[in-house]
Amino acid sequence: MFRKPRFWLLVFTLAALIFNFCHPFDIQLPHISLAAEKVATIGGFPITNTLIASWVTMAVLIVVSVLATRNMREVPRGLQNVVELVVEKLYGFVESIAGPHTPLIFPTIATLFLFIIVSNWMGLLPGYLSIVVEHAAPSAHEGAHAVEKVPLLRSAATDLNTTLALAIASVLMSQVYGVIVVGFPQYFLRFVNIRRPIAFFRGLQGRGPRTGVGSLLFGFIDLFIGVLELFDEFTKILSFSFRLFGNIFAGEVLLGVMVFLFPFVASLPFLGLEIFVGAVQAFVFAVLSTAFIAQATAHHGAEAEAHEEQSVPQPHVVSTVGQGT
Amino acid sequence: MTPDVLRNIAAGLTIAIGGMMPALAIGRFASEAMRSLGRNPESAGPIASNLIVAIAFAEAIAIYALVVALAIKFV
Repeated sequence: MFRKPRFWLLVFTLAALIFNFCHPFDIQLPHISLAAEKVATIGGFPITNTLIASWVTMAVLIVVSVLATRNMREVPRGLQNVVELVVEKLYGFVESIAGPHTPLIFPTIATLFLFIIVSNWMGLLPGYLSIVVEHAAPSAHEGAHAVEKVPLLRSAATDLNTTLALAIASVLMSQVYGVIVVGFPQYFLRFVNIRRPIAFFRGLQGRGPRTGVGSLLFGFIDLFIGVLELFDEFTKILSFSFRLFGNIFAGEVLLGVMVFLFPFVASLPFLGLEIFVGAVQAFVFAVLSTAFIAQATAHHGAEAEAHEEQSVPQPHVVSTVGQGT
Repeated sequence: MTPDVLRNIAAGLTIAIGGMMPALAIGRFASEAMRSLGRNPESAGPIASNLIVAIAFAEAIAIYALVVALAIKFV
């Protein structure tokens, strides 16, 4: 019985569990603050700990990509091999959603994905939230400067400002790609869709195929749908930013509470859960950005023409042939 | 009841009710995915990736509730 490893594993687990409840250390529930803490102020511009963490993330990404591409070889080795593997997998994945526009949109998607996943995983490293600096906070009382202790680093996505910036960047880039692919005025017809009224009045003037009054009615519905599309863009920003912020912040709170309840061993599985959540959130952000950009670049051009050809039999062909002859 | 007690109750109720519905939704997603996996085991890859995205959408609702609950509790 004492030779079996299973027995000793059981003993160790029980001992760890018991030790979790009666240990001599004084472990406190970590201070939870929704807003990022100020670490320093440079010329009136507050430097928060999440801002420093995002700079560290950027530095890591830049250093890794410089190191990986310094001595590029035909047959990759070492770091270059790893980075190529990641980029290739990501490229294939984006291609499976976005199709032919992949070379255009891949840099944006890959940047978002890599930044989010690296910052989420780095936020789990020891040192984040545990290295504390003293910051002289100007308190509400006059003259008195209270010294408070704030963590130097805190995972970048636990600040709503960071995730909001990422969300705005993603949605703005989908507009930019839409303009690039679909064309300048055509893209914004998505929000102010006046195709049908124009076709109607052209028909009245005899400069195009006649369309019924019903199409004018549908024109109003199109306008309303355009307003909905516009609201949809803002909803995207909101849900992007809240989803990422909520998941990562909740993860941090969860880890803090678990360490408070079970300081040893038993809190480890939650670290694994957070690694998974960090990767899934980066993946979801990338998937949704790709889907929205694909939607913005692929719309109307093909879709609307197919639609018109169905409802009105070959209007363009007839008119151009008529003008040509 | 002091405002602090009310605040705790409100935060608890927010996350309890806000967590319930997404849990039901995720359960439905998973059961449908398992069913279609049983019918067509070859399509495991696409089903898994789509399932993760769908679950993330449903889970986002719970996360909104969580953010609101945290805001009630700590702000």
